[in-house]
Amino acid sequence: MRHHFDSLLDQLNDAMIVMGSLIESAISSATKALVEQDKQQALKAIAFDQEIDQKEKDIEALCLKLLLQQQPVARDLRQISAALKMITDMERIGDQATDISEITILLADTSYIKKLEHISLMAIETGKMVTDAVDAFVQNDLVKAHGVIDADDIVDNLFVTVKNDLIVLINEDVANGSQAMDLLMVAKYYERIGDHAVNIAEWVEFSITGTHRNSLK
Amino acid sequence: MPSNKISVTDLNLYYGHLHALKSINLSIHPQEITAFIGPSGCGKSTILKTLNRMNDLVEGCKITGKVLLDSEDIYGNVDLNLLRKRVGMVFQKPNPFPKSVYDNVAYGPRLHGIKSKAVLDDIVEKALKDTVIWDEVKDRLRDNALGLSGGQQQRLCIARALAVQPEVLLMDEPTSALDPTSTAKIEELVTVLKADYTIVIVTHNMQQAARISDQTACFLMGEIIECNCTNQLFSDPKDRRTEDYITGRFG
Repeated sequence: MRHHFDSLLDQLNDAMIVMGSLIESAISSATKALVEQDKQQALKAIAFDQEIDQKEKDIEALCLKLLLQQQPVARDLRQISAALKMITDMERIGDQATDISEITILLADTSYIKKLEHISLMAIETGKMVTDAVDAFVQNDLVKAHGVIDADDIVDNLFVTVKNDLIVLINEDVANGSQAMDLLMVAKYYERIGDHAVNIAEWVEFSITGTHRNSLK
Repeated sequence: MPSNKISVTDLNLYYGHLHALKSINLSIHPQEITAFIGPSGCGKSTILKTLNRMNDLVEGCKITGKVLLDSEDIYGNVDLNLLRKRVGMVFQKPNPFPKSVYDNVAYGPRLHGIKSKAVLDDIVEKALKDTVIWDEVKDRLRDNALGLSGGQQQRLCIARALAVQPEVLLMDEPTSALDPTSTAKIEELVTVLKADYTIVIVTHNMQQAARISDQTACFLMGEIIECNCTNQLFSDPKDRRTEDYITGRFG
């Protein structure tokens, strides 16, 4: 009875999966470039950003078309409006992968003042959060969405660890200060990626339950 | 919290052997718009007609349960003319009498004994102004109402219903035969009228119900499957069957 509408909703889900995987690729390229101090890899991560921006525009256009043509209600309305909100956070994640890569390029020719073990953990954790958030949307999986929201504490704690490590390094030698600032920015970008993943998961929760936890009653 | 304008309690309606309405319980709040939605044949027009006893005219129709208007049981010993004066009705297809614009609106007040031309003039003007059609017809009051456009005819029918100063206005798909502009005018009018009247509207147009009503009741096979505030019902329906109906998965 509503094959056309359902196929457009499938199209929306497919587009969200594609945008999600572009973001994952951007994060993993940015992380690989950072860890290996690989400028070419960093440029690859930056190149993903254009594709992500384009995907955001495509999804936005599809959502507006669905709102106009189908005048959705109930779950359909929530799914489409959630997608519209989610892509803004997804696009921001792409920007942050670019920001990380720009610092990578800046630091590529100097050796790091510390091992990146905690920053690497942040990268792994946030990458997983983004993947799970988009999967939760497509699969209507509330448990997975809650898992993303809970995982934010892990990332926040890692950020504090990195920050404290960097403070120690600056105290040891003021000359570490400049790179310490850059690495702090990198850690902050990953921490923000985690926040955006939480925002996405909250919209998934809204799409499934009809309630957004931050909405004013 | 205002008390209910209409309270329906355990209402059952049979057309012969057909059990058309099953254990309906419903509260209609004053100065609000209540929408009835549901697939064709679900009983939404039938319940609307029970609210001013239009089903009395249907042969083989049997009704049990209570319908209270304020606190009076309308299926008790009531004056039917007075009941239908208090609870007016507007139908799907505009149905003006083949009379002048003026006589259409003056028909009800005359029936209820008003003879003074000055009083009738005032009633007609007020009703036509309330329904925002006065400017369009004030120079054509003596013309036959059948010469008006469909949208004008429907607003005239609403004016005719308002002329007897009802308390409740029942509307059975009042815009389904109208173009988008006329529909918008009627919707606008209805939302203004709710300040003074209690309005119940049957509609097949989900967006219309979502736009104008405060409360929506969703019917299926003679039962109310969900009744809730409109925003809630259209954004997060609690019953899967409501969700399936309003999203077009059946009906």
